[in-house]
Amino acid sequence: MTIFELSKSGRTACPLQKRDVEEYKLDPKFLREADAMLPEVDELTLVRHYTALSKKAFGVDDGFYPLGSCTMKYNPKINEAAAALSGFTNIHPLQDQTQGALRLMWELSRDLCAITGMDMFTLQPAAGAHGEFTALLMIKAYHNSRNDHKRNKVIAPDSAHGTNPASAAMAGFEIINIPSSSDGLADLEALEKAVGEDTAAFMLTNPNTLGIFDKNIKKIADIVHKAGGLLYYDGANLNPIMGIIRPGDMGFDVVHLNLHKTFSAPHGGGGPGSGPVGCKKLLAEFLPWPTVEEDNGVYRFSKPHKSIGSVKAFYGNFLVLVKAFAYIKTLGKDGIRNSAKMSALNANYLMARLKEYFPCHSQDICMHEFVISCEELKQRTGVSALDLAKAMQDKGMHPPTMYFPLIVKEALMFEPTETESKETLDNAADIIIELCHEALNNPQSFHEKPLTTPIGRPDEVKAARFPILKG
Amino acid sequence: MAKYYPHTESDIKQMLSVIGIDSVDSLYAGLEELKAEDIDLAEGMGQQGCERYIDKLSKQNKVYSSIFLGAGAYNHYIPAVVRNLAGREEFLTAYTPYQPEISQGILQTIFEYQTMICNLCGMDLSNASVYDGATALAEGLLMLAEKGKNKVLFSEGINPKYLEVVKTYLRAQNVEIEYVGLDGSGKTSIEELKRKLDQNTFAVALAQPNFYGVIEDAQAVGEIVKQRGANYIMSCNPISLALLKTPDECGADVATGEGQPLGMPLSFGGPYLGFIAAKQKYMRKMVGRIVGKTTDSKGKEAYVLTLQAREQHIRREKASSSICSNQAHCALMATLYMAAMGKKGMKEVASQCVSKAHYLAKKMTALEGFELKYGGEFFNEFVIRSKISSDKIIAACREKDILAGLKLGENEILWCVTETNSVEDMDKLIEVLKEAM
Ligand SMILES: Cc1ncc(COP(=O)(O)O)c(C=O)c1O
Repeated sequence: MTIFELSKSGRTACPLQKRDVEEYKLDPKFLREADAMLPEVDELTLVRHYTALSKKAFGVDDGFYPLGSCTMKYNPKINEAAAALSGFTNIHPLQDQTQGALRLMWELSRDLCAITGMDMFTLQPAAGAHGEFTALLMIKAYHNSRNDHKRNKVIAPDSAHGTNPASAAMAGFEIINIPSSSDGLADLEALEKAVGEDTAAFMLTNPNTLGIFDKNIKKIADIVHKAGGLLYYDGANLNPIMGIIRPGDMGFDVVHLNLHKTFSAPHGGGGPGSGPVGCKKLLAEFLPWPTVEEDNGVYRFSKPHKSIGSVKAFYGNFLVLVKAFAYIKTLGKDGIRNSAKMSALNANYLMARLKEYFPCHSQDICMHEFVISCEELKQRTGVSALDLAKAMQDKGMHPPTMYFPLIVKEALMFEPTETESKETLDNAADIIIELCHEALNNPQSFHEKPLTTPIGRPDEVKAARFPILKG
Repeated sequence: MAKYYPHTESDIKQMLSVIGIDSVDSLYAGLEELKAEDIDLAEGMGQQGCERYIDKLSKQNKVYSSIFLGAGAYNHYIPAVVRNLAGREEFLTAYTPYQPEISQGILQTIFEYQTMICNLCGMDLSNASVYDGATALAEGLLMLAEKGKNKVLFSEGINPKYLEVVKTYLRAQNVEIEYVGLDGSGKTSIEELKRKLDQNTFAVALAQPNFYGVIEDAQAVGEIVKQRGANYIMSCNPISLALLKTPDECGADVATGEGQPLGMPLSFGGPYLGFIAAKQKYMRKMVGRIVGKTTDSKGKEAYVLTLQAREQHIRREKASSSICSNQAHCALMATLYMAAMGKKGMKEVASQCVSKAHYLAKKMTALEGFELKYGGEFFNEFVIRSKISSDKIIAACREKDILAGLKLGENEILWCVTETNSVEDMDKLIEVLKEAM
């Protein structure tokens, strides 16, 4: 039942006070013909409806959530408390006397510079993809400022996340996808061939989407820079190296981070995130405005003089920044570095426990995540990655990322994160191994799964063919 | 030392032995050269220390007890029930509902959100949200792009901050922006629109109400746009839509806006909520996530992410947008807000905004040397020209713990009134202005 079906004419939970001034009636020619169809429910009905719906959702607080590439780590409660402070929630973006907020943004920028080895940050982008778009526009402005107008191509490996090529297209670039090498890394030969005087940038995440750290990174940087291009770091996979190995030291010129992944801000059912962009000095004058600067302990907004413009009306998803700030300040240097290491330890442990059962595409040692293929299992039993994922739901865990990266057939991508205990990982490994046995012995049973969830498998073909997009 | 991982020494030992290595550092073998020696990051404060520090920072921001500033961010009453339900961890700590079987709660709230936005706008479909009102307008404009045309007409009544964002997005696609100014009443000039609307224009963008609070003759604009065969996009304050003609009634193809007034606190500018709703024929061009209703294997009602062939994870560089994570939790807040206020309450909020804004405007213009800049009908914001300087007014207000409107010029201020401004607060503001004279 939807909230509309629970509605009854005349009901409302509206707690508004009575109007305390004379009524002003607008010219009727401006008014809508009929009232907007909105719910009509009392407060308790409202509470029960959405409480019931919340119970049909699954968050990190509900159980193991090894959704690869998404870094579903625990979202500390102190972050939420910090972001709920009146001094943050009740300040208007255009008001005066906001030194605390500006200082927070400035310190966060400095901390992110320290962690990534960059020189300057903007906190304006609202998510990773938004950060990609922003950074690519900066790259474009950089080349144009040097009268280098031929650089209209962005190169990305075929293992890249879909947002990479999509953002490049939005920024007005042509995209060259290069194949990965047989071990899943950037193919240096293919890269050499692809770069040239039309190369604007190469987009890469390291560790890559297979969870492998690409040790050739310096060579890659050389190839790209020699050709006159810039090297872009997709920070979605920063978690296992945060504070230990810095994109800036690897040769990257510009990075986006996902504060909702690496820096523990909650994912909110699909956002709001935050996708700050950091850059080396050569790109700083192109950053979107406003940026925050400090002068003798006074903080203020400023505009980089060749700014690409703004990418959001105000300064970014400020409350998400507060959450990431709380995380970094609580943990500090050692806490951040140790968290990174434990994320790699957890991923390697879970991988070690599953290795004999599935071909694994993440080398002997992975970073924060690893990818297994269910291709063989599917050939033998008919049980696919999807079937296996659905079966995991019945066991109380959130499935891993499915069918990504595209270069692995029947891929399942696990990212346990550092906040999970050995017991949780053991339990997950036991579940998956048991499912593997079940697939061999009783493959038919999978087609029905999941059985214990609020709904069974939905008919997605019907949803797309006969779209019902509102109630 | 503060930490959020649970590993004991013995856990680590056992895990390493299963992996087959002897130290955690071996996980980074071969990477020694790349490791940063030291980084310029302070040691952790721990939770207690961090709480104290952040609390201190929060107190260095001034929380005004009376707010008359809007200009794109609006101070509305947020019922406790909205904050409470939005805070439920299942909503907060989940991600995009990729696994529908265990995400029905999230999917259904998005479906309800889409329905409410469609009903407010009179549109056929809505997405699950974009980053904010400004990017909603920018992405909405790109949805309307047509081959062989490369110009949009942009009303000067649109929030200048939105313009900055739209410029950034459109420049990347080599789309030209031409401006349509306001007439004496503060409405977008119909004459100028007619003059500038040519064969090369694929879309016309209008704000309702506009940045200066004036209610646009959006239907008249719509008629002209249709006559000339262009597309029409509006950027609306969603609260105003409870009263005003819907974008559909005005002839719009796409309706966008900033959803912040629907239950989100001011929060120094974010997170807010961009909404985009459109007529049926733009279904395949819509950006971002969309939830649809279907059935499960047993015929039970079910919700799923749908029409994904538009999106980056399928279409990559050919996608309609690169958006992945959106503002889902803000959309949840908007859903809860609209459900709590309901059909009657939403209209009541809007009409209180109108009545109170007119009360204040009347009182202000009764003061000597204060007048309305524009003659047009307004919603909850209005521009006042005054003999005394804007700076003096703003400073006088500050002294009395009142956040004055936005300074537009030496003697012009954009004032905003919502249902949160009581008659006493408004009378007090008038007293402050009298004293300042
Ligand atoms: C590797 C990678 N890059 C980029 C993104 C895009 O980030 P966002 O969803 O914050 O826009 C993701 C998100 O899942 C990702 O996994």
